[in-house]
Amino acid sequence: MPYRHVTRLLEAASQIILGKEHELRLALTCAIARGHLLIEDVPGVGKTTLAHVMARLIGLQFQRIQFTSDLLPADIIGVSVFDRDSSTFRFHPGPVFAQLILADEVNRATPKTQSALLEAMEEHQVTADGQTLPLPEPFFVIATQNPVDQIGTFPLPESQLDRFLMRIRLGYPDRAAERALLMGEDRRSVLERREPVIGPQDLLDLQRTARGLTVTDRLIDYVHALVVSTRRNGELTAGLSPRAGLGLLSAARAWALVDGRDHVLPEDVQAVFPHVAGHRLHLAADGRPAPAETLHRMIEAVALN
Amino acid sequence: MRAEAHGTAERWLLATGLLTVMPHALHLPAWLIAACAVLLATYGWLGRQPHAQPPRVLLLLVAAGIAAGIRLHYEHLFGKDPGVALLAALLCLKLLEGRGARDVRVAVLLAFFLQLGLFFYNQTPAVAALALAGTLAATATLLALHRPRAPVREHLRTAALLLAQAAPFMLVLFVLFPRVQGPLWGLPADAHSAVSGLTDTMSPGSISELSLSDDIAFRAEFAGPPPPPAQRYWRGPVLTEFDGRTWHLLRPTFDTAPAYRPDGPVYEYRLTLEPHNRRWLLALDYADAGLGGVRYASDFQLFAERPVRSRARFTVRSRPQAAVGLAESEAVLAAATRLPAQGNPRTHALAGELATGNPSPQQVLQRALDHFRGGAYTYTLSPPLLETDPIDGFLFDTREGFCEHFAGSFVFLMRAAGVPARVVTGYQGGEINPVDGAMVVRQSNAHAWAEVWLPSEGWRRIDPTAEAAPMRIESGLSASLREGDPRPLLMRSGFSWLRQFRHRWEALANDWNQWVLGYNPDRQRDLLERLGFADADWRMLTMLMSAAASVLAAALFGWAFIRRRHADPLDRAWQTFCAKTARRGLARQPWEGPADFARRLAAAFPAQAAELGRIAHDYAQLRYRSPGTPADVRALSQRIRRLTLS
Repeated sequence: MPYRHVTRLLEAASQIILGKEHELRLALTCAIARGHLLIEDVPGVGKTTLAHVMARLIGLQFQRIQFTSDLLPADIIGVSVFDRDSSTFRFHPGPVFAQLILADEVNRATPKTQSALLEAMEEHQVTADGQTLPLPEPFFVIATQNPVDQIGTFPLPESQLDRFLMRIRLGYPDRAAERALLMGEDRRSVLERREPVIGPQDLLDLQRTARGLTVTDRLIDYVHALVVSTRRNGELTAGLSPRAGLGLLSAARAWALVDGRDHVLPEDVQAVFPHVAGHRLHLAADGRPAPAETLHRMIEAVALN
Repeated sequence: MRAEAHGTAERWLLATGLLTVMPHALHLPAWLIAACAVLLATYGWLGRQPHAQPPRVLLLLVAAGIAAGIRLHYEHLFGKDPGVALLAALLCLKLLEGRGARDVRVAVLLAFFLQLGLFFYNQTPAVAALALAGTLAATATLLALHRPRAPVREHLRTAALLLAQAAPFMLVLFVLFPRVQGPLWGLPADAHSAVSGLTDTMSPGSISELSLSDDIAFRAEFAGPPPPPAQRYWRGPVLTEFDGRTWHLLRPTFDTAPAYRPDGPVYEYRLTLEPHNRRWLLALDYADAGLGGVRYASDFQLFAERPVRSRARFTVRSRPQAAVGLAESEAVLAAATRLPAQGNPRTHALAGELATGNPSPQQVLQRALDHFRGGAYTYTLSPPLLETDPIDGFLFDTREGFCEHFAGSFVFLMRAAGVPARVVTGYQGGEINPVDGAMVVRQSNAHAWAEVWLPSEGWRRIDPTAEAAPMRIESGLSASLREGDPRPLLMRSGFSWLRQFRHRWEALANDWNQWVLGYNPDRQRDLLERLGFADADWRMLTMLMSAAASVLAAALFGWAFIRRRHADPLDRAWQTFCAKTARRGLARQPWEGPADFARRLAAAFPAQAAELGRIAHDYAQLRYRSPGTPADVRALSQRIRRLTLS
């Protein structure tokens, strides 16, 4: 029963990351929709911990890449080294060859290095020395990004942002969660004692199940109306692309699955819309990403019958 | 305390306030408009500060201050002008005082009333457009109250749609509502107030004052080609009595037909006279018989039965070359030679010179005209002031004057020489509006000329101004004025684009006047007769109105019904369900999905949470999971029909 996996996973995760059930759901939704996740927030709110938790509880091969301004593409993909014994070049795979990659502070690296990772994310494969090497499955990237107005950063261009299916913010924990955090054990040591609750194959099953969820014509109409309304919105520089529309639908399917349903409701689309559209839409007035209330207004402007 | 900064509804309300109060700037005192602007600006500024609300005491003081100011300005608090002024101030204060949806509604109703108030002053298409803009904003404000998060464009679109749906009903009411005689909007007190135009007296300066006004006096639409400029003499009051300074109207005798034999070429035209609150009408010399409701005076003026207080329209045939006054009565001729016993000795002396050698009246006339031609007289809009003996002063000292100086002095001179003469005032000239081909005669065309009675030919028109400044008659006022004289704005060179614009605007305004404002009881009767309802009284009109409104309403309902019929049965069932809950105070938001709605319903109706949840769940299944059979849909809609919310 795939849904049982979901509940067990969420239950376990929320014991480690306190008071962030909604964000955990969204992160899982993103993984089930075969998308990649961008977490944008100030340091210290648990971005890295979230990635660790996902990797640990699903039992995924985990690699963390700390992005710095001197990081090179080869540091991610790997290098070919001359092997004196066989007199050939042998490829030493880089950290990208893992099932869950945490790209920490992705906006600190140069655009060239960023694009090496982003290509891998899009294609699920890397090309090195003319050889195309597939990446393991499942392949899930969680990138973290500090707010762009911090100095010494290279903000991701809009075309690269499009490669992330969803963007979430974690925000500060509420009072109860923060008290528990301060009083309790170190989260890392709690995590290290946990066994995986599901396996990589279960995640692949969930992904397949989500793809098979029922979507009626009426729901397709609704997704379409929502996407079109972003294109007609004068407040924005541009509307959502067809790729974003597809992403919206697959995210809605995954959300419905996480919610335990075998069909997609408009509510599922509405739940993921701010996270799928938020980093893709920019205000015409000042070029900032569309704020939450603008996104909610867009939802409220499209009537359901 | 206001809990948060302004939402969409409050911003709309600010726009409504601005659009409603600012057009009133045309007639409200400047200080009040400034006060309203300050109040509205404060409202806009407070909207950016959360938790800000002006203290009530301060608002009360401001209200009392403004009321006192209005009392001082108008000297009372009752009547139309102070009433509108008070309402405008109260609207602005109401915005500042408002705390909730109810106050917004009250303010919007006030705004609607004030928009209506605009028409008390002015009924031009521009004012209608301003009022429409205000109405649109006010309607959008009401919509924003209900859907605060919808985008502004959506509010505007829905408001426009609502107004468009109301338009057919408005049209029915406009066409069929029983009309009253008189101006549609003018209140009784306004109809008698001063309107610029000719008066029944003439003294130096009275016509030159008018000459600076671009206001329209009347319009004439000729059936054929219009008469040449030199024949465009529009006859107004004929002034026979002179008291030494001012010329007066002599009470004429009336008849139902003109006292002359109309012959010569004829010009037929439809004349639309702007209201001037006087009984006389204007027409080209000399109007033919057969005008309904018009009386012909013995001095060839036309009079209406009552003062013209709303735009009057009549069709006239004029024959400029008719010979008039061949058999004039002794009394008229005696009146036309009467002069005050005292004053103007030098003119009397000049008249004595003209009459030496017992010449015929024609010869006297010729000599007088020669005197005017050779006298080095100057035509000017700003002549020097004349003290005692104004005729002497003009003829011998200043020699500068406007048409009233020329006409008055000439008539005086003729009378002093024993030839019957009188002053005729009216309009001379007129300009064809190239847009609609109508001739427009403005107050700046006001003119005075003379009529002299000669035994062989009756009354002959003499224009002494034309002798001194022939350009005035041939080319109009502007060409004949001196450099540096003030001119009406439209006559200044370099304003041709303005003239173009004005032509277009006046053509539009004329259509508006004819079809909207001029829709009086007569026109209503004509229209209804053409539609086959002769002699419609108010009962008939009421019946027609109800019938038309019913047909319209039925059409709208039918349209909505057909749209609903075409809707899917499942959609219909869901709409019924949502309508049911809405009647119990919980409406589904347009964007709200079934699961979210069910959660809200369960919280609001805990006793029926299970049933409501079941309905929403079934709907969601049928709509978003599998379509199900028609029987499933029927079962759901029966379940919905049976549902009663307690």
